[in-house]
Formats: sequence, structure tokens, C-alpha cells
Amino acid sequence: MRLNTETIVEKALLLVALSALMSLLLIAVFIFKEGVPFMVKVGPGAFLFSSEWEPQNGLYGIFPMIIASIWVTLGAMLVGAPLGIAGAVFLNEFVPRGVMRVVKPAIELLAGIPSVVYGFIGVMVLAPLIRAHLGGPGLSVLAAAVILGVMILPTVMSIATDAINAVPNSYREGALALGATRWQAVHMVVVKAARSGIIAGVILGMGRAIGETMAVIMVAGNAVRAPGSPLDSVRTLTANIALEMGYASGMHRQALFATGIVLFLFIMVLNSIAMAAMRTRAGGR
Amino acid sequence: MRMKTIPAVSFLCAGTLALAACGRSGETVTMAGSTAFQPFAEKLAEQFMDAHPAIVITVQGGGSAMGIQSAQSGAAQIGMADLVALPPEANGLESVIVARDGIAVIIHPDNPVSNLTTEQVRGIFNGSLRNWNGLGGADAPITVVSREAGSGTRSSFEKILKGVSLTKDAIVQDSNGTIRETVANDANAIGYLSHGLLNDRIKAVMIDGKEPSTGNIIAGVFPLVRPVFLLTKGPAAGAAREFIDYVLSAEGQETIKDNGLLPAK
Repeated sequence: MRLNTETIVEKALLLVALSALMSLLLIAVFIFKEGVPFMVKVGPGAFLFSSEWEPQNGLYGIFPMIIASIWVTLGAMLVGAPLGIAGAVFLNEFVPRGVMRVVKPAIELLAGIPSVVYGFIGVMVLAPLIRAHLGGPGLSVLAAAVILGVMILPTVMSIATDAINAVPNSYREGALALGATRWQAVHMVVVKAARSGIIAGVILGMGRAIGETMAVIMVAGNAVRAPGSPLDSVRTLTANIALEMGYASGMHRQALFATGIVLFLFIMVLNSIAMAAMRTRAGGR
Repeated sequence: MRMKTIPAVSFLCAGTLALAACGRSGETVTMAGSTAFQPFAEKLAEQFMDAHPAIVITVQGGGSAMGIQSAQSGAAQIGMADLVALPPEANGLESVIVARDGIAVIIHPDNPVSNLTTEQVRGIFNGSLRNWNGLGGADAPITVVSREAGSGTRSSFEKILKGVSLTKDAIVQDSNGTIRETVANDANAIGYLSHGLLNDRIKAVMIDGKEPSTGNIIAGVFPLVRPVFLLTKGPAAGAAREFIDYVLSAEGQETIKDNGLLPAK
């Protein structure tokens, strides 16, 4: 009887686990089924490297949006990664445990704020500030980068915190015993030892930034144009899909699925790099 | 991150709602499309449901192209579209004009410009006029704000002005409401929206000396006017028919007029 329950639970769990995998597979198959014929028809070169996106005239070049996604994501990294890593180092190495126990969950709470709220703050506060002090339309690469930078902060920070936390205390003690100051011990030993985990956190944050949609639609301005400066308005790959899927049909709809393939590949590559980085850490000890 | 699934989810919900309602005695009518007409449809639906408690009407936005598409696919029983002329995609749909709507060109209230010619509006949206100083405003670059390509307001606007091919620098927003917010927040912006949605956070400019007032639109002197269509696949039946009749009734038309749109006739 007992054995029976065991098997039933085991099989049920297997089924549940497989369903997650199956949905991933179904999503991938569906996107590729819709998008690949389109890419073949238009030609990958014309699709990926042309700057003309005019679906009503049969022009489907997503190059400006690829560039926009890269700019916005790198911008978000410039804002989010230093803050996240510095925050993690500070919380782990320079603050009493009690303080950390309050501050860390507070920062992780940032991850629970809906993205539309970030977007709203971006539109109401950040964009007018940028417009008043730096010029341009305000809804821009810069606004999107700052908002996304804050949004990915909890991801970067909690993974970096875990990585730094996992560095054995003997490393710190050894460094201090050799005459290193606290700061020297931190940046020469602890951060180096936790490097792969920190990199993994940054890359996972990048994946989140490139996939974010709602907040970006609200603050990036959505002009289809490769940005010439951080103050220009841009449309990212995700924003393009979300903005146009409501009314796209035929070739246009397929073009959006093909845009999805490009995003899918971007995120797959980023996640593989993150996983490889995490494995290095595990293998390195 | 999670928000991108919202449109798909709302579709599913609408579908499930419709199914659930079919099982009950009441009927559900889903409407989708024009974001310019959406607030009016919501108001009309509210009044209609007060009088007909057994019928539930849900109203969604999405833009006119989506209104046509969802009427074709059956995702909505009634599609809403506000276009100068229905495109070929609407072939086979029954259409009825329920209101007329002016398109106002709007700027920030602090902008001193008060009149533009159609020629100038065309130039601004084409990208050939880029600074307010030649138009009676301050020396500042113009921020052009437009709707997405599937919008009925945009296609009507471009069609009436003839020969507008939107500048690549234009900021794109996906509803009348966000256009209004964007323009209200940017002293150098110019956009356009349904004249029924004008408020005091933005300023409507005169076009060729004509204010986008209800009087001017009825008299036919304001150039930017388009009809609002309700679309059904085949002749409307049941609750959808009742609702459309209500919209066309004296009471429905009065509501449309009171809220700033123009009656159909």
C-alpha cells in the first residue's frame, strides 16, 4: 500500500514536471512554425538587417528594434549591475546581519512591484525630468534604461548576495591574516571568488531587461528608428510585438512571430551563458 | 514582465465569460475595437445593462483594426471602428454608423500656437516641419506623437490630410488616452485624438481657422471628421441587435451627444 502511494506521487510529480517542459516545447514549436516560413520568404538578411518597418507596405526590417533592444538592455545593465553588485557587497561584508535581514527582503520587494507601475512612474516622473534637464522627447532610451535598471536590481542583487555569501569565511580570514584591509579582502578575494555567481546574476538580470515589455512600451516612446543618442525614442523587439499583435494579420502577424524567434534566441543565449557561469563556480571548488 | 500576456489573457477571459454566460439564461455581448469610441460604448453599455439586467456587455479597446478583426473572427460580437472608409478586411461584415467623431489636433496648453493650416499639420507629421518657431511658437523641436498603424484615428487622420507618411521620429502610443497623457506632459508635443476626449490638460488647435467644436463639426466646416461604425458578422441578432438598436435610439444618440460625440444623423 505504502509503495503504491509512493509510485502514484512519483508519477504525478513526473507528469507535473513534464507539463512545464511541454509548455516550453509547445511555445518554441509554435513560434518557430509561424515565424520560420516568414523568415524564409522575406529572407533573413532583409528581415534582420533592413531598417524599414512598414508592414502595411510589405516592408519588415527589424534592425532598428534589435539595436534598440540592445541599447536599452545595456543601459539597464549600466544602471542595475553596479548598484546590484555594490549593494550585495555592502550587505554581505559591511553591515551587521540584523540590518541585512531587513534590507534584503525590502529590496526583493522591488521585484514584486508590477511593471505597469514602474512604467507609470517613468512616464509621470522620469520622462518629464529628462525632458526638462537633458532635452529630447523624454520618452527615450535613457528613461527605459533607468526604469529597467531599477527593475532588475533585485535579480542582480539577490543572486550576487547568495554568491558572496557562499564564499567560505576562511578566505576572508586568510586575507585579513595576511595583512589586507577589509576593503582589500573584499575586492581582491571575496568578489573574485564569487565572480561567476555575480556574472550569472548580471546575465539573468539582462534576460529580464530584454524581455520586459509593459514598462518599456510606456517609457521608450516606440519610434521605429535606430537610436542616435540615449535621448532618442526607440521601440524594442518586445514592444513591437505587444503594440502590433492586436491588429496584425497575415504576413504582418508572421513577422511578429519571427520577431519572437529573435527574442527567444537572445534569451536562450543569455540564459546559457548564465548557466555556464554558474557551473564554473560549482566546478571551481 | 508578466504584463505582456494581458491581451492574450483578456481574450481568453472574454471567451470564457462568453461561454459561461451562454450556459446561464443571460446573454453576453463582447465589443472590441476603437479606443476613441470605447468610453462612449462603455457608458452606453452601462445604461443598456441597467435597463436589461439579463444582458452583460463587455467593452474592450484594441484599435479599429482589431475591432474589424475580432468581428470577423467572432472573438467579439460587435466590432467598433472609426474610419473614413472601411478597409477591404471588413468585407462581409454588416456595418452601421452610430456616431460621427471629429479628430482634434492637440498641443500642450503652454504652447502659444493656436492655429495651424492643414498644410502645416501635414508638414509636421511628415517630418518636414521640425521646429515650433516657424509656426508661431518658441524655438523648440516638435515632438510628434502618433497612434500605431492599426488605429482608426490614425488612418482617418492620414487619409483626410492626404499624403501624410508619418515621420520615423514620431513617438507611438497605442490609445487615445496615452496620446493625451503624452502631450499633456510634453510642452513641445503635438498629437491628435477624438474630439470627444478633449479636456483642459491639453489644448486643441484650430485647423485652417476652424475650432474643433461640436457646432463646427455638425456644420461640416471642420475638416477632420470620421464616422464611427459598429460591425457585426452577418445581421446582428439577439442581444447584439438590441444593443445596436439602443445606441441608434433617441436615448442612445442623446447620450452620445451629451458626452461630446456627434449623433449619426
